[in-house]
Formats: sequence, C-alpha cells, structure tokens
Amino acid sequence: MSIWINEETKVLVQGITGSQGTFHGTQMVEYGTDIVGGVTPGKGGQIVELPGRSVPVFDTMSEAISSTGAEASVIYVPARFATPAIIEAADSFYELNGGGLIVCITEGIPTLDMMKVVSHLEKRPGVRLIGPNCPGIISPSDEGGCKIGIMPGYIHAKGRIGIISKSGTLTYEAVAQTMSVGEGQTTCVGIGGDPVNGTGFIDCLEAFQKDSDTKAVVMIGEIGGTAEEEAAEWSKDNFSKPIVGFVAGATAPPGKRMGHAGAIISGGKGTAEEKFAAFEDAGIHIARDPSKIGEALVSALVEAGLREP
Amino acid sequence: MNIHEYQAKAMFRESGVLVQQGFHCTTVDQALSAYDSLGSDVVAVKSQIHAGGRGKGDLFCPDSGDLVMQGGVKVAFSRDEVGDFASNILGHRLVTKQTGPSGKMVSNLYVEAGCDIAHEYYLALLVDRERDSILIMGSTEGGVDIEEVAETSPEAIHKAWFDPSEGLNEEVAGALASSLGLSEASHSSFLEMIGNLSSLFVEKDCSMIEINPLVRTGEGSMVALDAKVSFDDNAAFRHPWWDDLRDISEESDVEVRAHEHGLSYVDLEGNIGCLVNGAGLAMATMDVIKLYGGEPANFLDIGGGADSESITVAFGIILEDPRLEGILVNIFGGIIRCDMVARSIIEASEEIGLQIPLVVRFSGTNHEEGRKVLEDSDLDVITVSTLGDAGEAIVNTIGGGSS
Repeated sequence: MSIWINEETKVLVQGITGSQGTFHGTQMVEYGTDIVGGVTPGKGGQIVELPGRSVPVFDTMSEAISSTGAEASVIYVPARFATPAIIEAADSFYELNGGGLIVCITEGIPTLDMMKVVSHLEKRPGVRLIGPNCPGIISPSDEGGCKIGIMPGYIHAKGRIGIISKSGTLTYEAVAQTMSVGEGQTTCVGIGGDPVNGTGFIDCLEAFQKDSDTKAVVMIGEIGGTAEEEAAEWSKDNFSKPIVGFVAGATAPPGKRMGHAGAIISGGKGTAEEKFAAFEDAGIHIARDPSKIGEALVSALVEAGLREP
Repeated sequence: MNIHEYQAKAMFRESGVLVQQGFHCTTVDQALSAYDSLGSDVVAVKSQIHAGGRGKGDLFCPDSGDLVMQGGVKVAFSRDEVGDFASNILGHRLVTKQTGPSGKMVSNLYVEAGCDIAHEYYLALLVDRERDSILIMGSTEGGVDIEEVAETSPEAIHKAWFDPSEGLNEEVAGALASSLGLSEASHSSFLEMIGNLSSLFVEKDCSMIEINPLVRTGEGSMVALDAKVSFDDNAAFRHPWWDDLRDISEESDVEVRAHEHGLSYVDLEGNIGCLVNGAGLAMATMDVIKLYGGEPANFLDIGGGADSESITVAFGIILEDPRLEGILVNIFGGIIRCDMVARSIIEASEEIGLQIPLVVRFSGTNHEEGRKVLEDSDLDVITVSTLGDAGEAIVNTIGGGSS
C-alpha cells in the first residue's frame, strides 16, 4: 500500500509538449507511471510519443480528464504560467471528479500567487496540491511503481517506510540511507521548500498513520517557518508510529535565504535548534547528523520492536 | 530584493501613505539645498543602506578606519549641522548590528523635514507562512527593536490578517486600530494608511513592509517616519521597474554573479568550500562539515539545471575565497549525471590551477562512471561514496577545523 497514489493512478502531464514535460513524461513512463495524456493550450489534438505509448494532448484540463479518466496531474510549466495551471487543474478535478491530486514541480512561483492558490483550494475539498518547488511523490511497487515528479526512480524500492521532506536531493539522500540499512519505502513525498505551499507535514503524517503498510516515517525539515514544530506537536496525540527527524541548516546564518525561498531564519525564528528541540519534545528520534538518518531509523525500528537489533 | 528608505517613501507617497517631505541626496551640496527647500527648523539626515540599526550604528573612515561619527541617522537644527552630518556620512562606512564588522559604504542620503511626534508606534506587513495569509503587526512601542518588544512586553503587539485575494476587511482593520489605542482623527488616519499599505503590498508583490517608527503627530495624523520594503524575488518577472530600484552596490558581488548563472551562493566564515546540488543537501553538507569539526566557507547550490559551464563558474567563485583550504563536492545525481559533473570538475580545476585538497562524493545517477572519470584523471582528488565519509575526509585532509 501507499498514500495518495499507486501503480493504477492515471496521470496527466500539464506542459507535456515542453522540453521538461516530455523529458520527465518519458522518465515517469519508464518507471511505470500510467501517463494517460497531456495538456498544452493550443496544442490539443497532437500526440506525444512516450516509451511504448502514444499520448494524446488536450487544450484544457477538463477535456483531458473527461477523455482519459485521469485522477492526478503533474505540472511542468514555467513559474508565470504555473498558478493558472494549478487553478485550472483544481477546478476541473473538483467539478468532474470531486477531487484529485495535483503535483507542481515548478520553482519560483510568487508567494502571493500561492496564497491565492491555497485559498482557492480550501474551497475545493478533495483536491490535493503537492508542492510547488518540489521533487514530487513516488510509491514504489514490486516492479516499478508510480512516480509523479522528477526524482531518480531507481534509487527507491518498495518497503515499509514513509518519507516526507521539504527538499529534493536531500530526500534522495534519505532514501539512499534507508536503502543502505535494508528498508524500502511505501511513499516518499517532497512537499517543497517554498514559504506557502500545498500539502504539509501534518497532511502526510495523517495519511501515513492510516496506511497500514507504513511502519515508520522519516521527516526531513529545514530552517524557516514553524511547520516542523507544528507537525511535532500534532504527532504527540495523533501519530502512533516511530518518526525519525532531521532538520537541515543548523549552520545557516540568520537573515540569509539558503536557496529555497522559505529557508530563512528571520527575526531569530525558524532555527534548526528550535525544530530539533520540538522533535525531541514530541519523542521523535532525531538524527543531528544527516549522514546518520539510516542509523537513527534502525534504532527507532528496533526500539519499536519492528526490527531485530 | 530590498530597496532604500527614500525609494520606499516615494512609493508610499504615490500610494497615499503619509510621509514627511524629503529629498534623496548623494552630495553635501544637495543635502544643503534640500535643507533650504524644506524650510523646516529641524531636519533628519539619514544614511541610506539596506541594513537596519542605522541610528545606533557608527561611521568609519574607509581608509584609516577611524571613527568619524556615532549614529547614522541624525537630527539637525541648523544648516551647518546638516552640512557636517552629511559630510560625516557620505563616503564613510556605516557599521550597524546588521551589517557585520566591515559595515557598508554610504553613498545615499535622505534629508527629511522634522515631525511633531506625539507617540511612536511600530507597524509591519509580512507573509504569515503558517496561516497562508498576510499578517499586519502593530505595536504601541515604536522606535525600538520589535524582537525586544516581543520578548519583554508581548502584550504591546497586536495582529490582524488578510487574504490577498479578498483584501483587508474593514472590521479587522478597525479592531487593530482600536487595540493600538487610536481614536478619532488618528483612528481614521491609521485605517486609511493600512488600507493603502495592504493594496500596495499586494500590487507590488512585497514580502515585507516595516515602518518603525510610525508616528502619531500632535494633530492626530499617522505618518511613516521610516520605511523598509522588500519584494518577493519570485515576482520579478511582472515588475520590470524593480530594476531601476536595484542598488547593486548593496549586494555581494559574488552572490550577484552566482545568481546570473543560476547558482545560489551564500558566503560564510569558514575555510571549506562546498559545491552541492540542491538547497537541502547543501545545508546538510554544511551541517556535516561542522559536525566533523570543520567550518563551511559557503553555501552553494548549483541547482537542478546545472551544466558544465555553470559548474566551472561555481568552482571559480568558491576558489576566489582566500581563506579556502579545501573543497567538498557533494552531488546526488538525479537529472544531473555525476560523470558530467566529474568532467566539469576536471576542466575547471585545470583552468583555474587547483592547489588545495578536493574531496568528491558522488551518489545517484552515473556515480560509478563519475568516480572513474575522476580517478582516471591527473587530478589529485579523494573520492568517497557516503555523506559521512565526505565530511570526515575533507576535515581530516585539511588537518582539522578552522584555525
């Protein structure tokens, strides 16, 4: 099992005729994702050739959803077009299916646009946005699986660990470390590093709590905001499985944006120290050393009686 | 992106937010004519740099390092004083608690008419990440550090929120005005001000507006005596006019160059240069260096679309740092292939003539090929395969942490 997606999930690519859309469309199909169509306004009626399948292009999301029965979409369009793409996807999924999953990979969307998107989504329950500025979501299965995003699929394998992260490559690092201790994943979700985004840590924890195949979670945060603290507090009463936590940026200077738009310590708030403290207070197994996430996971599993010492 | 007070106040003026009359000056003569034009007995002579704490900062001579004047914001009571203050400020380095010890060269000045102050407040509009909305924060204790107020008298801070797609609700605004103890003329003046500021924040894609102090005058008008505005860099594409407000001298030269090549670079204090793909992994790499007893010299994320050219630029940028004693490259290949990075490293090292130890950690896409490319080259390089080994290797190679 997995959360939100599985190998049956039918996926659309918004921006499929662009270089990023075609490149990652190909990679996703190779991994096993069921890409059923794409959307590029003005290019409806075209066909995009992906490995082993010819995929129809539509002008609008509603045509694409009606014709293909898609339940999810992934957005690979430039930042200035990403907001309307998210809104269009949200409206179409909501009106036609009563909900759906939107994964937005795009980096650089203005914060105020994201506020408008979030308030738009609040009025469309059942529609979930992952991202923006994220690697996407992946659920490995016995062979291949469902990958909606840009992560290298082959580093993953089916298992019992859920992974949630604000980062891209650091998520891959966490995946590699869980693999090095012989643990695979149910689902890995990259929630993105922007100050205002869709799905958060708590949404993921809630879903992992319900997923019986997920036995433990690795949570990777970073400096800025208080999402980690809130997730830690929430987990005290609502999450029963072991969590391993790391926060990137203990050495970051205050007031400087560390790559991600949201990764900034401002007014003395959002430090790694505060987040580690909140993790510890909530009984989360912390890995202060990011090279020891795998080790921390092993000891958490052993302590929970889920693995032999 | 940050702008100067005088630029922010020009924006305020256009948007109907009350400010005193004032002039932007770059010479002492201009400051004197500003004084003449203002016709005010008292004027404020204000250093224009992007860092805060100007009032309590110190001005130093850039050549001799001698202290020239205490306080980067001065109140002048005569024409002579304006001349003295202006000449003590312009061309000197202003060191505040936010600039770091080297301070910032002041080339811009703002000369502003004095103001009849009945009370000083604090007002800010900023992005509230947890509520996905815009936060308006007001305090009855203005003119002082807001973080201090938050510590010592949190009850003085009042908050209101609004959704940018709906705009500021009148009741919410009214409640904030009342909680700041404003009544009658000052109450309506404040409502007009935050209404205008809210529209400005949204229209101009601000990430922060801070007014400290915001003053109530004897007549009950609310006037922005200071103005600090920053814009959301992600929205630059729809505000080409920002280019005219940009003061490149305020930005670190290498950070600007890095940005032009799609690299994200932040200068730090240590001696180990880092080159990493991905912001989270770049921070984690710095953290590992520190945990193994070293000190990172920089944060550098080469981004997802890095190519041979940007990697060469990145290498050049980190090697400019004279304190550098070693370099750690940490790449987790996804879209980026490690063998491409390996070839770029060899090219850049040859071009630059690399003289200091280099540790490379490759993982992910084509990591074995990448490692082989490096090992088969003439380059003196230590290759490792895990993050922990990378931290240990670079710190050991340079013989421990920073001296």
